[in-house]
Parts: sequence; structure tokens; C-alpha cells
Amino acid sequence: MVNVRPETKLEPWKDPAAEPYIRIERVTKKFGDFVAVDEVSLNIYRGEIFCLLGASGCGKTTLLRMLAGFEEPTAGRISIDGADMAGIPPYQRPVNMMFQSYALFPHMSVEQNVAFGLKQDRLPKAEIRERVAAILELVRMTGFSGRKPHQLSGGQRQRVALARSLVKQPKLLLLDEPLGALDKKLREHTQFELVNIQEKLGVTFVVVTHDQEEAMTLASRIGVMDHGKIVQVGTPSDIYEYPTSRFVADFVGSVNLFQGALVEDEPDYVRVASAELERPVYVNHGVSSPPDATVWVALRPEKIVIAREPPASLEDNCAEGVVQEIAYLGDVSVYLVKLKSGRTVRVTRPNMRRQSAAFDRITWDEQVWLSWDPSSPVVVTQ
Amino acid sequence: MSTVPRSQARRQPPVFLAELMAWIRAFGPYRWASGRLKDWGVTGRTLVIGTPYLWLVLFFLVPFIIVLKISVSDIRLGMPPYEPLLHWVEHQVVTLKINLGNYAFLFEDPLYRNAYLNSIWMAATSTFFCLLIGYPMAYGIARTSPSWRNLLLMMVMLPFWTSFLLRVYAWIGILKNNGLINNTLMALGVIDDPIVMLQTDFAVYMGIVYSYLPFMVLPLYANLEKMDLTLLEAAADLGCRPMKAFVTITLPLSIPGIVAGSMLVFIPAVGEFVIPALLGGPDSLMIGRVLWEEFFHNRDWPVASAVAIAMLVLLVGPIMILQYNQGRQAGAHR
Amino acid sequence: MIGRRSFLITTLMAFGFAFLYIPILSMIVYSFNESRLVTVWAGFSTKWYVELVQNEQILNAAKLSLQIAAINATGAVILGTLAGLALSRFRRFKGRTLMTGMTTAPLVMPEVITGLSLLLLFVAMEQVFGWPAGRGMTTITIAHMTFSMAYVTVVIQSRLSSLDESLEEAAMDLGAKPAKVFLLITLPIIFPAILAGWLLAFTLSWDDLVITSFVSGPGSSTLPLVIFSKVRLGVSPDINALATIMVTIVAIGIVSAGLYMQRQERRRERDIQAALAANQ
Repeated sequence: MVNVRPETKLEPWKDPAAEPYIRIERVTKKFGDFVAVDEVSLNIYRGEIFCLLGASGCGKTTLLRMLAGFEEPTAGRISIDGADMAGIPPYQRPVNMMFQSYALFPHMSVEQNVAFGLKQDRLPKAEIRERVAAILELVRMTGFSGRKPHQLSGGQRQRVALARSLVKQPKLLLLDEPLGALDKKLREHTQFELVNIQEKLGVTFVVVTHDQEEAMTLASRIGVMDHGKIVQVGTPSDIYEYPTSRFVADFVGSVNLFQGALVEDEPDYVRVASAELERPVYVNHGVSSPPDATVWVALRPEKIVIAREPPASLEDNCAEGVVQEIAYLGDVSVYLVKLKSGRTVRVTRPNMRRQSAAFDRITWDEQVWLSWDPSSPVVVTQ
Repeated sequence: MSTVPRSQARRQPPVFLAELMAWIRAFGPYRWASGRLKDWGVTGRTLVIGTPYLWLVLFFLVPFIIVLKISVSDIRLGMPPYEPLLHWVEHQVVTLKINLGNYAFLFEDPLYRNAYLNSIWMAATSTFFCLLIGYPMAYGIARTSPSWRNLLLMMVMLPFWTSFLLRVYAWIGILKNNGLINNTLMALGVIDDPIVMLQTDFAVYMGIVYSYLPFMVLPLYANLEKMDLTLLEAAADLGCRPMKAFVTITLPLSIPGIVAGSMLVFIPAVGEFVIPALLGGPDSLMIGRVLWEEFFHNRDWPVASAVAIAMLVLLVGPIMILQYNQGRQAGAHR
Repeated sequence: MIGRRSFLITTLMAFGFAFLYIPILSMIVYSFNESRLVTVWAGFSTKWYVELVQNEQILNAAKLSLQIAAINATGAVILGTLAGLALSRFRRFKGRTLMTGMTTAPLVMPEVITGLSLLLLFVAMEQVFGWPAGRGMTTITIAHMTFSMAYVTVVIQSRLSSLDESLEEAAMDLGAKPAKVFLLITLPIIFPAILAGWLLAFTLSWDDLVITSFVSGPGSSTLPLVIFSKVRLGVSPDINALATIMVTIVAIGIVSAGLYMQRQERRRERDIQAALAANQ
């Protein structure tokens, strides 16, 4: 993942004395009988880029709209910078939002769009002009101030929308799928730009997205949402390497899940037996789980080694199978290997050498061995 | 607002507009009025909802209650020509006198039943002919090149914006005994004596079809223009001939447009007064005309009111329920 | 195959347009006819136009109709915009269903019923409050506003429902209060719809005969009332002249509006192309 942040990492969530900038306490939002957000509690700290990640309809946008003031919580409390936000209309909140559709006013030029928020505060004209020019320079749109939104490309519109929401120097910026409408190349480029701007201005970002790559690139922390609930909060690497549930493991990246039971449960290691694997899985860290509970072993495809020869030890953490499918993706190849139990396992392998006839690579219907390091599997209990 | 406290400190002196606003705000009566409004809990929201609401209740809902009331009153000579419902007897006792005779009269006299059925029949027939003429037009416009399309659409719109009354009037000159059609046919030697067309049901049909044709073409066009033409390519690719593709693909997909257009023609045609009055004969009975004559010629307000209520219950009610259900279905599909 | 079918369609289309335009053209042609016998051609003349502009009754009626139509259109646009706003922006309020019903009912209500009910209301009001004293311009305008606001409401409501609500939210988010959001954002964007609504309401009022017949009084004859009483007696050539003038005005209006819209559309397309090209 990208790391444009300075080395002195800001991790206020690890400091028990740190005061959260946004406190979301047991917030519920119902639309009729439908529960969009279900008793969510969350603390977000100053200077973070916090990503709410989830499939569409999981309640992430509703949560964002409650922060902006477009929806009132049915129950619970939201406070920003120590102030309770109940009953405060959007136009009085110290918050600005960048909309998924950008919501640029079609009848106003770029300059008028950006100046709109400042005019609402009745700032002097000279100051408005100055600040608009400065923010347009920051997003590299200086030459476009006289254009109307329909005269701009998608990427330019996105930058104007960003400028408009930043020009009031909000302490908190809400971004609803900020890169959703851009094509892939532009998106990557803009991701870095967003992070740079965020650092330069020291604004707290709360980003809603359904795109895990976007969340991984931008976020200091990610909150994964499902059916109105926050299922896991953590840094991108926490979420990817230590998912706490099958849902998170499966939703973020791809994963092989094996159902099984703990056969050895020690504080510093566990052993899991699964009907789908002939040999047990040895995990070199402890698991907190009630005895006899069903557990799942989550194994990322890139952490499995595929080879023709059997590994040194056949005692555990390996399996034998036949290659069923190969998908060549350029940078990596995906192998689907069928084990003796009938279970298919997904394995990715970087293509470190150029493919050619001379290169003898593993191919269809070959007998192969899969193996992995004892630190790789993650045991989840739900 | 509170995001920029630094700059709020040196706010610009109020410009002209702000000054004016401040002056208005300081103005005594304004302050008094807005203060009272606030006391009563009147907000911008209540004003936005309340103003049109009040208007509609006063000038749309209340009138129907009055019509209902008069439809059960007795006729009398004088102005207004109906008896009050409530009678004060010996200071205190109020007697309510309801006369359902007007309704009974509607059912007894076949004139009203015939007029009612005839209106529905004529409106339905005219709607059918509108569809017959309008569909090829809408289809043709939707399938021509965009520059022609705008011109043709304008040509459909033009009669739509021109006086309805004058367009009906034009048909008098065409249909009468020495009118355009008869003169042409006699000059060509096709006929020797003029065909009587004016003051017949035929003239009424012509008038309705002609007047409401744009109402049929426009929604049909909107529907056909939206259609995905790759569907027809797919049908052709799968071996379907154009005529069959039209019947099995285009026609079913245009049903919403057909329904919308037919409603727009049928609904106003049923209650039509001008067309039967100008083009129809004395026996071209349509319910709108019957109500008109009951009111203006017989000056029988109670019976006219009863006719109105009967029309409302038997005609407008079903149409509104139909529309409401359609709206709900459309909503459910979304 | 395809060629033959499009020939059929073209023929049917031509028939349809001929059907639409022959009556209008016949009025135009006969308005220049010398003879009083409308359908017998007796040479070119503009005397019916001269007669028309000297006809006090028609001129006065036209003036009254114009006044009523303009006042009605303005009032109907205000009421209709408020109603459209209420229905599309306030999801829940007491009596919403009743309001929806009352704004759509005038669209399906036969004019004779609307006219009758309003007249009975005015008569009852006069009996109880003494206002409106008799019937005339005021009652006609009120009646026209009541039915034409329903059409305006439909136009505004459908425009508002296709308007991206996040535009209004964005303005609010940037610190504008609801009233300001309406004035600065919503109103300018829906202005074309408001203009269309105004023109529609104007035309409905200008054209209305049935409702006006019920609620008008002595001395308040609008143009349709005068035309109706004249044509009931038969064809008269000065009405042809009047029709020609009205058709010409509408045609000029529609053609210029169409050309203007086409130019806007082209300019917009060019801009979008330019923006896309600049992006690459």
C-alpha cells in the first residue's frame, strides 16, 4: 500500500487520553421499518482519513448524511468537536461535504461555485477572491475559473467539487464516493492527490466508499460496515491481515475459508482440523474462542506456495491437489487447485519471469503441492 | 458558518441589498407581523404548504360540497334558484330537508342515461381513431433524423398551442353544406347534392379526433423515442422480420405511451361541451352539453348539480382510482 | 423491405399532418377572401382584417382576455410552484394525500363541473360575505387560477423530481438557509420549467370558454365568449382573420423557441466535446 504519510505516524486511537474529534454514540437510523444504521458507535480523531467501507445499502451513506445533518438519527448522539449536533441544521455545522455526483451548480461558473460558501458567510469580496484563487491553485484549476460545469471533464469537475468543499476550511470534510465517477487511471492519480491535500490542510476526512482499493489507499483507518452495523474498525493492514470475521475476510480481498474445529488450543499456538483439508492447520498465534466452537481458517491466495515438489514437512500446513483452471492476469496468475476432498483452493502467484515456451510453468491437470507459513492463516470464529 | 471565525471578525460593511434587508427587518409592521407569525408557529415550510393548500380547499374542495348540497335541494324561482336545506322553525328547531328527487329524476329520464352512455361511447371511439392516426405519426417522427424530428414536433405542437375554439370553428367551414368538402366533391362531379355532415355525430367525431390528436401524438412520441433500437436489431439478428418485430417488440413496449395518450384524449373528450355544441346536431347528446343546457337554458341548478355529482361518481372517480393505481404500480417498479 | 415500410409510414404521417393543417390553412386562406360567403373564393382582400381591428367588441374582449391570462398565469405559477415544492420536497405532512388529490383532480375534471361548482361557490360567498359582488374579472381570474395551477404544479413537480437533490443539499452544506437555497439554486435551475408553466397557464386561460361562461358576468366577455357567440350564428370572415393572426403569433413563438433551444443544444454539445478533448 502507499505510504505518503511522514514516518512519525499519527495513531491517536491507540492513545487512551486522546480526545476523539467525532463521537458517534449508539446511533440508529430507521426509515419506516427499515433499519439503515443499527446502533453504531465510533470515534474518529483529528487529522484522520477514516473510510467507511461496505457494499451498497449497508448504511454507510446514511451515516455520512447524519454527520452532514441531512438526516437526523432516530436514536443516539453525534458530537463533533465536543458539540452535540442534535437539531443543528446542515448550514450551521462546521462540516462540508463532497457529493458523489459532485453537485456542482450548473448555472454558475467554477469561480461562482467555489465562492458560494464564502458568500454565505458574507466575507469581504477581496478576501473571497483571494481564497477562491488560492484553493483553485491548490487543485490545479486556475485557468478554468470562468467555465461552467458542463464545460469540464469528469476529473476537472471532481477537483472543482473538492475545492468548493475545502474553501471554507472546514475542520471535517465528508466525501461520498469521491472517486467513483472517474476512470481507473485517473482514480489512482487522484487518490494520491487527495492524500496530499489532506496533509497540507490538516483536515479530517470521512470517506464513504464501496471500493476496497480506494479505502486501502486513502485510509488511516477503515470501518467495515454490513447491514447497518460496523463489523470491524482498523488500519488497512489490520483489516486485511487480521480480519475478525468471515464477512470482513471475504469482503476485503479474496480468501480461502476452511470450516473446522480447534483440536489443540494453547496460548501461543492452535491447531485446526478441517474436513476439507487432509492435514491440520498449524497457526503460530493464540485464538480466543470457546471450546467446541466452529471456527474458520482464512487463508489469502497470495500466501499459498504452489509447487510440484512436496514441502519439507508433510505434517501440517500443506495439501495436495490438481490444477483445474489458470487465469493469466499479466502481473499475477490465479490457479484454482482441486484438493482430494473436492474443495477448490484459489492461489495467486506473481509472474516473476516472462512467459515463453522455454519456461516450464505449472499447467492444467498437473499434480501440485500447496503449502503456507504458520503465520499466514487467520482463525475467525464468526 | 462557524468554520471561519477568523474572517468573520472583519466582516464587510453591509452592501446595498443587505442594508435594505436590515431596514425592512427593523421596520415596525414587519417586525410585528413576523413576530406574530412566529408566535403562531408559522414557518417557511408552513407557508409553502399552506398557501396552495388553502387555495385548493377554498376554491376546489368547498365548491364540491356546495354542489353536493344544492343537488339535494328543491328548485325555486328566484336568485339563487334553489331552496335552502336548513329551515328554522319556531326559533329553535332546525329541520333538514333533503330532496333526493333530483337523483331519482336522473335515473327515471332516459335522456341522462343515454347522454352518459353516449358520451363514453363517443369519447372511446374518438380515442381509437386518434390512436389510429396518431400512432404512425408518432412512430414516423421518432424514427426520422433529429433535425427533421424537431421541425415535425413543432408542427404537432403548433395546433396544441392555438385556440381550441378556433380550431373547432374551422371545421364548420369545412363540413357545412357549401363548405370545403362538399364544394370540392361537387366541383369534381362526384356528387350532385351536398352531403349533410355538419350537425351530425360524424362532425362531432371529426372535431374530437382533430382537437385531441396532439394529445395522443406527444406522449406516444415520448415513449417511442426512448425505445432502445438495438432491441429491433437483436430481433432481426434472431431472424424476426420487420413487421413481426413491430408487432412483437415495438407495440408491446409502447403500451405505456398508448395508455397515457388514450387517457389524455378520453378524459377531456367525455365531458366535452364545445365540440358537440358547435358541430353536433340537436340529438348529439353528450353529458357535458346536457349539464350546460340544464343550467343555462332550464335554469335548473339542483338537477345540473345532480348531473355533476353523478358524473363525478361514475366517471371522474373511476378514472382517478385507475390513475392512482397506475402511479402506485409505476412507483413499485422503480 | 425496410424501404417499403418507411414509405408506408411516411404516407400515413403525411396524411396525419394534412389532417392537422388543412383546417388551419383553410382559415388562413379564407381570411383573405373578398366574399362574405366564406367558402366561395371571390378574390384577394384584407378587408376582414380592417374590419377586425375596427371591431370594438372583439378588441375589448381581447384586452380583457390578455389581462386575465397574464394575471392568472402569474398567480398560477406562484401557487403551482409552491404546491410542486411542497409535494416534491416535503415528504411528510398532514393532508399530503388530500393535496395530491386536489392538484391532480382538476386535470381530469370535466370543465362543466369545475365551472358549475365555482359559480355555486361564488353565489354562496356573495350571499354569506357579500363578496365577490357579482361576477366579472375577479371571479374569472380566480377560477382560471384554480384549474391552471394544477397544470403548473405537474410541470414544476416533474422538473423538481428530476432535479438532483444533492444540489440543494450542497448549497445548504455550504451555509445557505433553505429560503436562500431556493432563491439561489432551485429557482434559477427550474426557471425554464417555470416559464413553460407560465405560458401553459396563459394559454389555458386565454383559450378557456366553458369555465368562463359559468363565472363571468355582464360586461366581462372574454375573447372566447365573444367568438363563441359569433360562430354559433355561423361562419364569419373576421373570425378567420382573427384565427390567422393568432396562428401566426403562436407559430412565430414556437419556431423561435425551437430555434433557440436547438442553438443552445448545439452549443452545449460543442462544449462537452471540447471538455472531453481537453481531458485527453
